[in-house]
Amino acid sequence: MSMKTSSKNFQERIDVQMQNDVMLHTVAHAQGLMFENRQIAADKLGNWEQWREMGKDIRDHVLENLDYYLQQLSDNVKKNGGHVFFAQTAIEATDYIEKIIKEKKAKKIVKAKSMVTEEIGLNQMILRNGWQVVETDLGEYILQCDDYNAPSHIVVPALHKSRAQIREIFKDKAGYTGTDNPEEMTRFVREHLRHDFLEADIGITGCNFAVAESGSISLVTNEGNARLSTTLPKVHIAVMGMERIVPTFEELDIVISLLCRSAVGQALTGYITALTGPREDDNCDGPEEFHLVIVDNGRSDILGTKFQDILRCIRCAACINTCPAYRHIGGQAYGSIYPGPIGAVLSPLLGGYDDFKELPYACTLCKACHDVCPVKIPLSDLLLKHREKMADQKITPLAERAAVTVFNYVNARPILWNTSVKIGARIATGLIKKGKLPINIGPIKEWTNTRDLPNPDGESFRTWFKNRK
Amino acid sequence: MQKVNLFVTCLCDTVKADVAKKTVQLLEQLNCEIIFPEKQGCCGQPAINSGYIESSKPAMKTLIKAFEINNYPIVTPAGSCAASIKNYPKYFASEPKWAARAQQIANRLFELTQFIVNELGIDNVGARLAGRAVYHPSCSLIRKLGVREEPLCLLANVQGLEMLAIENQETCCGFGGTFSIKMGEISSAMVKEKVQHISKVEPDFLICADVSCLMNIGGRISRENKPVKVMHIVDVLLSR
Repeated sequence: MSMKTSSKNFQERIDVQMQNDVMLHTVAHAQGLMFENRQIAADKLGNWEQWREMGKDIRDHVLENLDYYLQQLSDNVKKNGGHVFFAQTAIEATDYIEKIIKEKKAKKIVKAKSMVTEEIGLNQMILRNGWQVVETDLGEYILQCDDYNAPSHIVVPALHKSRAQIREIFKDKAGYTGTDNPEEMTRFVREHLRHDFLEADIGITGCNFAVAESGSISLVTNEGNARLSTTLPKVHIAVMGMERIVPTFEELDIVISLLCRSAVGQALTGYITALTGPREDDNCDGPEEFHLVIVDNGRSDILGTKFQDILRCIRCAACINTCPAYRHIGGQAYGSIYPGPIGAVLSPLLGGYDDFKELPYACTLCKACHDVCPVKIPLSDLLLKHREKMADQKITPLAERAAVTVFNYVNARPILWNTSVKIGARIATGLIKKGKLPINIGPIKEWTNTRDLPNPDGESFRTWFKNRK
Repeated sequence: MQKVNLFVTCLCDTVKADVAKKTVQLLEQLNCEIIFPEKQGCCGQPAINSGYIESSKPAMKTLIKAFEINNYPIVTPAGSCAASIKNYPKYFASEPKWAARAQQIANRLFELTQFIVNELGIDNVGARLAGRAVYHPSCSLIRKLGVREEPLCLLANVQGLEMLAIENQETCCGFGGTFSIKMGEISSAMVKEKVQHISKVEPDFLICADVSCLMNIGGRISRENKPVKVMHIVDVLLSR
């Protein structure tokens, strides 16, 4: 899978997803739960607004000095005995990893959850070569068993599946015979995965944040699978987006405090790991070799533009868990591994308007996402900037451009506007009866399919106001 | 007597004139004298929120000029249009003089309940309305203008009115301007769920301070033939 998850167009995707009652139910339920838990965790910490402000400042500082911190990180990883590869494109990243796998003559690879490896299409490369890759995050494992079904959420990738569906997947694809009890299914997967961890030649993980000062990478999980992926295999490859750096452990503390609470409503997740280089001589475990692959893949093109704020993102998905549009279409409707508000901003930036031009419009600009973002990304403003860019580039529909031109022409001229309002009020009053119009076509139909029109109040306000005295 | 400019908004000027008329009536009762600057047009949201910011600038300038005829406060019965105008200064980043003029207008502009409570210092307008009501806090009021308590405070002082809480009260109703027709299916799903949550508590009234949300939620309530009366907050505040 690369960033794009579907060959269907946006309309086809939402048509399918909006019929998926199981998904709609699980998403609504999960949103309620995650929103509530996030709020409780934030309130419990106290001074949440100040924490958000600190998070924003840390991320902004890193972005403003990214060249410096990338250099520092890279120097320190090497000093610790690790290897660093800077991949400008997705292909460069997968080529490098392919080379390592070949060199090591690896047959089996275990993977912990990582969005950036999805973005660069790592699994496709591995499968193309006939090697075996096993996703060890429970959610990712479910999707892998389900013939690489696309993720619908950046933290909880199989959010769209019900327990019963998951049981069916395990039954069909992994020989599971138990019930749909979550603990029982998890135990089954654990037993399966244990063998994979022991047999794997290489472990691949993402990186929540890299610490520039020490050359460490940190991993935040609830299942412990990332620890096994990074300690049992002889080689560990970590893949990270180039902006995911913090200067020191002091800042790591703050961003992780924000991440755990915003993502899953926990003060801390079950496992928070910081790894600094490969195994040292006196260590009894850990990989013999460590590689850090730093991926650009379009990120440096965002730096310095009006979209730069999006690079502050710490991938907590609080915006997704809050978004009312996501609630009604689910993650797969976005057609990108990055759904929801963050995805609607990021996907067109990394993947272009050809595939993702509808996403910035799948938003009411309600700003609920803005209020919960732990690093204060003005998501709805950025979505509007996408719309502005598309309008400027004239890739919006011709009819829309024509309508806007007429509207803006009239609206800028008081005499024309005055006349239009008076006539408009009269026409509306004459035509709309009991919330219905005699004709229902085009945009009007989009409204009247499910809603009545407002019953007009007669003459325009300005006519009334002028005549009242 | 406090002189006040009315920014009527295009929806209230054309189809929902009663809301604007009642706004005039209410403000007059609260000892204000209403001025209606006739050269005002639409705040431009349909074009601006679709991304046509550059081509919307002449209309923004017309609106700014329309309200520069005096220095009195500007009041509007629609949060979303107020929020839209308050954004003008940032669109004029490359024209500092216009940015400053836009800022002057933005500073003088108030949403109706905000004006009554914070500027006039009135939290009880002497209204009386018997029944159970759901208040929909529009996204524009709570998240764009930061007007959360003002309408609630005015409603709490309406004699006989019982306010009911609903599930996901602060979630968007799905209007979103052009979103409601551009993304008709998603918008419909959102408003259906909103009406479902409202209906669950069986209110007599649905109240909101934004005409656009009322048009959306009200349109769905009407389609479902629900026995809920849809009222702009000004309607409630004038009830006796």
